[in-house]
Amino acid sequence: MPAQKTSQTTWTLITIASILVAVLLLWEGLKSFSRASEYALALPWGGTLDLSNFNNQQLPHLGDIFGAFLEPAQRNGPPLYVILFRASLFTLSEAVAGFVLGSLLGFVLAVIFTHSSLLQRGLLPYVIASQTIPILAIAPMVVVWMRQLDLTALAVPVIAAYLTFFPVTIYTLRGLTSVSPLQLELMQSYAATRLQILVKLRIPNALPQMFTALKISATASVVGAIIGELPSGIQDGLGGAILNFNQYYVQSPPRLWATIVAAALVGMLFFGAVVLAERLIVRWQVKA
Amino acid sequence: MIISVENMTKKFRGSDGLTVHALDHVNLQIQQGEFVSLIGPSGCGKSTLLRVIADLIEPTEGRVLVNGKPAPQARKDRDYGFVFQSATLYDWRTVLQNVELPLEIMGFPRTMRQARAREMLRLVELGDFEGKYPYQLSGGMQQRVSIARALAFEPKILLMDEPFGALDEMTRERMNNELLNIWAKLGVTCIFVTHSIPEAVYLSTRVVVMSPRPGRIAEVIDVPLQQPRGTDTRDHDDYFHIQSRVRSALREGSGEAADSRRLREGIGG
Repeated sequence: MPAQKTSQTTWTLITIASILVAVLLLWEGLKSFSRASEYALALPWGGTLDLSNFNNQQLPHLGDIFGAFLEPAQRNGPPLYVILFRASLFTLSEAVAGFVLGSLLGFVLAVIFTHSSLLQRGLLPYVIASQTIPILAIAPMVVVWMRQLDLTALAVPVIAAYLTFFPVTIYTLRGLTSVSPLQLELMQSYAATRLQILVKLRIPNALPQMFTALKISATASVVGAIIGELPSGIQDGLGGAILNFNQYYVQSPPRLWATIVAAALVGMLFFGAVVLAERLIVRWQVKA
Repeated sequence: MIISVENMTKKFRGSDGLTVHALDHVNLQIQQGEFVSLIGPSGCGKSTLLRVIADLIEPTEGRVLVNGKPAPQARKDRDYGFVFQSATLYDWRTVLQNVELPLEIMGFPRTMRQARAREMLRLVELGDFEGKYPYQLSGGMQQRVSIARALAFEPKILLMDEPFGALDEMTRERMNNELLNIWAKLGVTCIFVTHSIPEAVYLSTRVVVMSPRPGRIAEVIDVPLQQPRGTDTRDHDDYFHIQSRVRSALREGSGEAADSRRLREGIGG
């Protein structure tokens, strides 16, 4: 068995490496056409794709993107990776605050909906409607409200929470209510209280599904934090950096691309942390 | 009298909107220390009767007394332990933690909980498995854990709903003997729902034969086989005689039902 496991790990590594190489080849391969602007690709659905689009302005070399991390973003300033590292930490802290806020709200809503079908029927439509409104429309309003409430620092976490609470509500509700009738009868035979049933049966039963939601929320909260920074006029995070490097894109495209890479890394880091927490907490095997 | 069911009727509203007569004017008295099996074809209401006694279902009419109290009060006082068809162990708890569950709910202190749970696991011969998770156990072992769990708070009554139905024949016979040992050792009163005639006769002091549509008690058959029971019991002539009595009671009970079905479908008659 261990030998089998080793070969499985080897194959996983080989697959990951092959996909990485394929992406690199595709990226740089497309760019190799851009040197001669007369190349054009006929598209099956009509029209042509001008391969000169993949010039350094529109699609920088991967080497240039990673090189940009090491160069100073401003004359005599620190290298870009220092700036992006600080911005990432700032945005990550906002995202974590929003994630905690949103998960708590999502969890509380799910518990309420589990115990009152009346409230579930009354409130769930608004919860769903809230997710059809684009975050871009809500964000500036949240910033204004929070300023009026003297809670400016909470504006971005609230916007991030807006994106994170929904999956937590839906998945937790599903987990809390999908207990088997026999397990409920068992609790009734002990004359257990509703709180005991919630704590000892419903919540542990919901944990695997809650973690599915938290994984979605972790990445969504990073997006929420970045979008929240834009109308708030916050310069210290990745949102500010994206706005800034967008303005100077013509001079240096790789900087914006480097910022995108940083944002992706923040999201993946957060996602990985939730996966780790899941491994530590959900140690039992879930029945299909 | 430890359990008394008086003139009890249970009606359900079926999914088609029609009323189903699950149980019709059932009377049953059970003495302390008895082992009573409820047997009958599907739809005869044997599981419903067990659940009404446990106050997991409310009767439509009639009275149910457990330990001299109305059934809801007996449930609140935790007078019985219930063993379900499937082991209903909690996946996220170890074997020991599963047996501790009722004690936790009843507010026993931790050290007492663990001591009691370990004692019960030894009783069902699973002392070495306390740290395992349910998915690591076989079906028979899981059901033994659920029996240990039902006994953990020392109830005087054990209600069991086809607990060994999903087990293979060999495991089932072994479980039957273990259950009889526990019954003799602890002096509990057992009510046991089953589909199996040999199992009912082997275990019980009395077999209650039920018939369907509406669910009724067709016949109550005493089983005066010698205690303690074992391999000798299975070879005893009376063991077979009583089985055939139960079988014919079952046939008579469901025969009427078959007749009425034939009438409804317009065959013969």
